[in-house]
Amino acid sequence: MGFLFDDDNFALFRDGFLQTIELSALSALLALLLGTLLAAFRVSPVPVLRAFGTTWVTLFRNTPLTLLFFAVTFGLPPLGVHFSHLAFAVLALGGYTASFVCEVIRSGINTVPLGQAEAARSLGMTFGQTLTLVILPQAARTVLGPMSSVFIALPRNSAIAGAFSVSELYSVQQTFSERGYSIFSIFFWVACAYLLISATIATLFRFLETRLAVAR
Amino acid sequence: MSIFQRPVTASVLYDTPGPKARARYRLFGVLSLIGVAALLWYVVTTLADNGQFDADLWDAFQYNTVQQRILDGLLSTLKAFGLAAAFSLILGALLAAGQLSDRKPVRWLCAGIVQFFRAMPLLILIVALYYAFFAQQPMWALVLGLTLYNGAVQAEIIRSGVNAVPRGQAEAAYGLGMRKTQVMMSILVPQAVRSMLPSMIGQLVVTLKDTSLGFIITYNELLFVGKAIASQPLNAAGFPYIPVVLVIGPIYIALCLLLTALARWIEARGRRGANRRTSAAA
Repeated sequence: MGFLFDDDNFALFRDGFLQTIELSALSALLALLLGTLLAAFRVSPVPVLRAFGTTWVTLFRNTPLTLLFFAVTFGLPPLGVHFSHLAFAVLALGGYTASFVCEVIRSGINTVPLGQAEAARSLGMTFGQTLTLVILPQAARTVLGPMSSVFIALPRNSAIAGAFSVSELYSVQQTFSERGYSIFSIFFWVACAYLLISATIATLFRFLETRLAVAR
Repeated sequence: MSIFQRPVTASVLYDTPGPKARARYRLFGVLSLIGVAALLWYVVTTLADNGQFDADLWDAFQYNTVQQRILDGLLSTLKAFGLAAAFSLILGALLAAGQLSDRKPVRWLCAGIVQFFRAMPLLILIVALYYAFFAQQPMWALVLGLTLYNGAVQAEIIRSGVNAVPRGQAEAAYGLGMRKTQVMMSILVPQAVRSMLPSMIGQLVVTLKDTSLGFIITYNELLFVGKAIASQPLNAAGFPYIPVVLVIGPIYIALCLLLTALARWIEARGRRGANRRTSAAA
């Protein structure tokens, strides 16, 4: 277990940890923006946009994330797209997670009873008022639970990026095993790092849930 | 039809559109159709301009050996999926039983195992198993890793399903003098499985998708075969990475959609007729 503090191992581990966090944060941002846009498409009254959203979600939810990473890393350079490995990873992970975010938001909006919106409209509220004052606050509460599982899964999925040349925690694990340290002690430290990340996100969401909770 | 009935077009976000709104929607529809068509056209022309549709690049798929390899890869994927699915359901049932046990140490132990494996990245787990025990048989590293992770998730699904069965069911069974095992086996689990079957199959879809992680530990599954086909210097025209993705992607998507359709069918079947479970009176 002590090997982590030998030589420059700790610096390597720290860099991998920070890279995992950076990758997860960027992908989360992309997933949130893209997912919200897709959800807006999927609930819009325009059939073409609905079909577009549905197709995107069906394609990305049913494709293995490894295949997406593969497609982005090996498929884009021949088309003349040359980004850093981190940017490729963010694209794959963000696009994949966006489809899950979209589904969570859409189902959250659908759980708001129809009568709420009808009451708001009959009071003369505009579309913007109905959305921001009546529907979204209620949807946000039901969305938080499923959303937390999506965003807890995100850093876990980010490990796959390590196999596609992003130097995050998974590739740190690889480097350490090449240096010949015991696989169990490496696993212990990497596991600790991931548990720390997912525990932090879970705590964050629980805090949000208690803040937004109302007595019903 | 009474005038108080809601028109089917009403949604929580939008009122039933009037003539002006309908015209506006039609305009948006046309505009977005043009946008989507332009996007598709851009993608296709970019692919074509870079020679991705050239016949040379697709040559590889004409060889019988290549077709055979794709088929073998598909079978390996299905084999790993079948084993992992069966084992994870068994492990899930065991862990769920442990979490619902009356004995505190058993409960804590099982809850600990479930929480740990749910929080671990599957890839890290599989690679650690691969290096530690299964350097020669990557399939078992993949199957065991998938089993541990998905077993933990299935355990959570089954446990929440059992807990969601109305309390009165268990109380009535105890009142009839049944023992805990009997209550579990003949009252709670059958109802829980029926209501949780869609989520369980949903998790099986995740299991199927995650078999592609075998790619990283050199298990000879579909994606690994694809990479091997794409990177061999067989084609004069270059490396057919994009054609491989265009062939393999639809296979994965079709498999997952089949499983999802199965889940939908079971859900619809469970909801009709006498099988319908009414919610508990508050």
